[in-house]
Amino acid sequence: MSATPTPTRDLLMFVVFAAAVLTMPMWLAPIGAGYPDLLQKFAIYGLFATGFNLLFGLTGYLSFGHAAFLGVGSYTAVWTFKLLGMNPIPAAIMAIAASGIFAVAIGFVSLRRSGIYFSILTLAFAQMSYNLAYSVLTPITNGETGLRVLRSDPRLFDAAGQGDGPLVSTLFGIEMSGYPGFYFCAVLLIIGFFIAQRIFRSPFGTMLRAVKSNQNRMNYTGLNPRPYTLAAFVISGMYAGLAGALLCITDPLAGAERMQWTASGEVVLMTILGGMGTLLGPILGAGLIKYFENIFSAFNEQTLHRIFGFLPDFLETPVVAITSLFVGEGWQLTLGVLFMLIVIFLPGGIMEGFSRIGRMFRRSSGAKGSHQTAPAE
Amino acid sequence: MTLIRKPLSRRSILRSGAAGGLVLATPTIFTSRAWSAGYLNEPTGDTVTFGFNVPQTGAYADEGADELRAYQLAVKHLNGEGDGGMLSTFSSKALGGNGINGKKVAFVTGDTQTKSDAARASAKRMIEKDGAVMITGGSSSGVAIAVQSLCQEAGVIFMAGLTHSNDTTGKDKRANGFRHFFNTEMTGAALAPVLKNVMGADRRAYHLTADYTWGWSQEESIKKYTEQLGWETVAAVRTPLGAGDFSQYITPVLNSGADVLVLNHYGKDMVNSLTQAVQFGLRDKMVNGKQFEIVVPLYSELMAQGAGENVKGILGSSNWDWKLSDAGTQAFTKSFGQEYGFPPSQAAHTCYVQTLLYADACQRAGTFMPSEVGKALEGFEFDGLGNGPTLYRAADHQCFKDVLVVKGKENPSSQYDLLEVVEVTPRAQVEYPAELLGGELGSYNNGV
Amino acid sequence: MDVFLLQLLNGLDKGGAYALIALGLTLIFGTLGVVNFAHGALFMLGAFCAVSFNKLITLQKIIIDPTKTTAWGTPLEVRTPYAEAMFGDFGQWLVNYSVPVSIVLAIPVMLIIGFVMERGLIKHFYNRPHADQILVTFGLAIVLQEVIKTLFGANPIPQSAPDAVRGAADIGAMLGFQAGAIVYPWWRMVYLLFSAAIIAGVFAFLQFTTFGMVVRAGMADRETVGLLGINIERRFTIVFAIAAVVAGLAGVMYTPILPPDYHIGMEFLVLSFVVVVVGGMGSLPGAVAAGFLLGILQSFASMNEVKDVLPGIDQIIIYLVAVVILLVRPRGLMGRRGVMEN
Repeated sequence: MSATPTPTRDLLMFVVFAAAVLTMPMWLAPIGAGYPDLLQKFAIYGLFATGFNLLFGLTGYLSFGHAAFLGVGSYTAVWTFKLLGMNPIPAAIMAIAASGIFAVAIGFVSLRRSGIYFSILTLAFAQMSYNLAYSVLTPITNGETGLRVLRSDPRLFDAAGQGDGPLVSTLFGIEMSGYPGFYFCAVLLIIGFFIAQRIFRSPFGTMLRAVKSNQNRMNYTGLNPRPYTLAAFVISGMYAGLAGALLCITDPLAGAERMQWTASGEVVLMTILGGMGTLLGPILGAGLIKYFENIFSAFNEQTLHRIFGFLPDFLETPVVAITSLFVGEGWQLTLGVLFMLIVIFLPGGIMEGFSRIGRMFRRSSGAKGSHQTAPAE
Repeated sequence: MTLIRKPLSRRSILRSGAAGGLVLATPTIFTSRAWSAGYLNEPTGDTVTFGFNVPQTGAYADEGADELRAYQLAVKHLNGEGDGGMLSTFSSKALGGNGINGKKVAFVTGDTQTKSDAARASAKRMIEKDGAVMITGGSSSGVAIAVQSLCQEAGVIFMAGLTHSNDTTGKDKRANGFRHFFNTEMTGAALAPVLKNVMGADRRAYHLTADYTWGWSQEESIKKYTEQLGWETVAAVRTPLGAGDFSQYITPVLNSGADVLVLNHYGKDMVNSLTQAVQFGLRDKMVNGKQFEIVVPLYSELMAQGAGENVKGILGSSNWDWKLSDAGTQAFTKSFGQEYGFPPSQAAHTCYVQTLLYADACQRAGTFMPSEVGKALEGFEFDGLGNGPTLYRAADHQCFKDVLVVKGKENPSSQYDLLEVVEVTPRAQVEYPAELLGGELGSYNNGV
Repeated sequence: MDVFLLQLLNGLDKGGAYALIALGLTLIFGTLGVVNFAHGALFMLGAFCAVSFNKLITLQKIIIDPTKTTAWGTPLEVRTPYAEAMFGDFGQWLVNYSVPVSIVLAIPVMLIIGFVMERGLIKHFYNRPHADQILVTFGLAIVLQEVIKTLFGANPIPQSAPDAVRGAADIGAMLGFQAGAIVYPWWRMVYLLFSAAIIAGVFAFLQFTTFGMVVRAGMADRETVGLLGINIERRFTIVFAIAAVVAGLAGVMYTPILPPDYHIGMEFLVLSFVVVVVGGMGSLPGAVAAGFLLGILQSFASMNEVKDVLPGIDQIIIYLVAVVILLVRPRGLMGRRGVMEN
């Protein structure tokens, strides 16, 4: 965000964003990501990271337990399916409500502390939720196997409706798997983005930024920051809950591992990788990590040989041997290297890269970037 | 490594695009999923694609790597390369080493990370993007069940890899899912009589159980069968998955009056709990005038390697072992050993066999349509795949075959020779009625 | 009674391990102010120093025996360890004592790793936001893990304690109780003593040397120390290297208890952060106290009598205690004001 935001610019950005999201199946196909499941994941984790960024990016409060809300949202959504029926809308609403309530409880306690103490409190709550969901809460969560919709469930409103077909979520007769599922998630991502954009530009957003820059000064002016941070925490928890619900709407299964600290850590990484405090960054970060997880892990020696088939044999073998360290079972290595390179050369994440490119183009006209960054090396 | 070189297809263009930044393809939205076909992902070219979904990262990465080796070997054999492995000993002679139904076999791979979400995402990619007609793999029951129900919803066949929980073909069975590996019920039935012979009928057992579905299933089966033989269960304690240090669960065993410790753990949990239990001197203990014993109901070669010398003399059960002397085992071990330089694990074996069984069923059915392939597998009796005469039971899609009771070897001759077969429990002894474990298969889903 | 005593021993033993792991982290995290997500990886590298040392001394000479074949038809390989062939009894002794002896290897290796890490990477991140520190150290941790996975595989590699301390000691008989009632593994007691010694060593170093005094002053007020003309940055490099050694030694000595694999560090990562924060940021004694407190409580929470009343309590006790302590004491047990509070 190198230029000052104006309503026109915001609108333009929103329209471009919405168009880009809706046309993802087209422009992501050439890089092998144009299939429904991954597109859904892009949209869902983009939403999750956008919500997380509302807390972390604006207030600077680093929650290390946000996956708990993702999990609560998922379980609520599946229970709504089981009890009420396969319509995604009640499931999403119930999930937002449940994760909101959960966030109020955890936020109220955790926000009594700041800095690392806050992070560890949220981490502790999430880990407790995960450990219990995996074991003693199995009657509610179905433990390791994960909670699913069964044919024997009551499903008050549509139990009779579906015969022998697969049990997937349906919105007015449209099955929420495949491309319709993606568009459902995409629309919610666009709405979520719009709300986030409004929050960024609102006085509330300014207040949250004030919490980040200097809480003491805020206290001295007689403002109590707690209600603002709690509100941000709850909103961000609701985003996570909705993301959790969407995971189940597109694929009705909720597993406990969604609440593990690694999942919480993943959203932290997505946000930082993309650029914390920027609107688009977290979504880009989420996309990048999911892309690596799904596409890079799928390369095997056979695919590599096909890709490098154009090389002469004496070159092909070593090239394949070296590349195979970074793909397939080594995809995490690539991710680790990527994290380091980005943070070393682009402090501020991917968005910093974009604004640098932007500055490069504007340099001739004398425009000055808003960021002053020192390279790490 | 020999490869199946395909002509430049849409998919390979997409892949080279991914690597080289080449932008040259019709968006899949217009081309994927041929709706005119009679079933999902009906192969239209000269190849048919299998999806191998195994853990490549995380605690089971080595097991997954071994499964992948077996799958690649199976594909070679199906396409007529190499020495043919168990194709030559398999009782069904439908396959001729020229692919299946006239199509060469191709495959795609993916990483389950031993997480349900990641495994389903990976399987969906194979189905939605790569056009796989069959998904196989797994190293954990939770993941296998999650992927199995996904395959049922999507409409492709799932051939389970290593999954030992009763639920896979019990409570959570699905018409589109098939399992060759054995389960905790069979472990209990096979292991209990041997335990009685070795340790006597008057024993007091203490269970440490991994606190999740598979652990509970294992605990229940062992309890059931040992109690029938007169054993008493002193206590059954749940331990958190991935506890690492089990000392706080082991010390209460010392003075509990128990004289047998049953470790219902798998993978790293088992490696750690066994190592530590031995350190606590349990194996040198005398209780009630009897030698204290440790039992590990489910063994794997990799776990035995991880626990090192602590496994010596410890009893457990296994689906298969490369040292068996039947022709099928010998052919497979020879073929695998020549390819990779070491013998296959039981995980590799079950994955190889599952691929062959699926291929054979498709050949006999003359199609890849899930409902037809499923019918060809149901009630199929076969032999020559390393487990003796085997039945794919129609009622629950579970294979019934002999179960091995194994023991950690006292003097291993090499790093791969860690387990010895104590007894081959005949199939009749481990069979149980399909209704016992509940669940319902439902009907086949062809995905259209 | 015996059950109680045994759990107390377990708690102390766990506590020793937790304290040792947390000690290294709190040096880096609580005092240098770097959120080091690669700390688990340092622990893991230490453990793999022991593995490498063991592999090195058990390197085998491979002779191909053409008269015998394997089950898959290739000629049989006969392997004999070089160390035994070359040094005879000493070689055998070396193999037997490989875990404690590998400390000799681990200290210089971990010093170098710590030094290179600090000079090459961490140094540039002292003044960067915590978010950047998280990303870079997490990335580094993944890279280190994957390198180890490529070299050693993903399966745990068993390491055994020396024969002399392999079994369990009958402590009950020593203390005059009934024989066999209280037995505890020798190696775990060695580990407890070892961690106590290392903790004491680090404290003494910081408390009684001039170097330690300067470092402590630098922790309290980096600017003033800088104004006095003391190069605090160079001292921080040494502190970082010491922290790496402490983490590495904790890893080496833990291998006989937990066969190490490439992922072992990640499993301790979250726990070590919890211990450090519960102890209070910037406080070494706090981290040690928290380590022992959490270890002991975890042991007692796992007793069957407790679990019968509160099922699953053993799975969450650490986090539950962390929440309670952080709510009762705003800066953990002994945290200093203003460290990592915003």
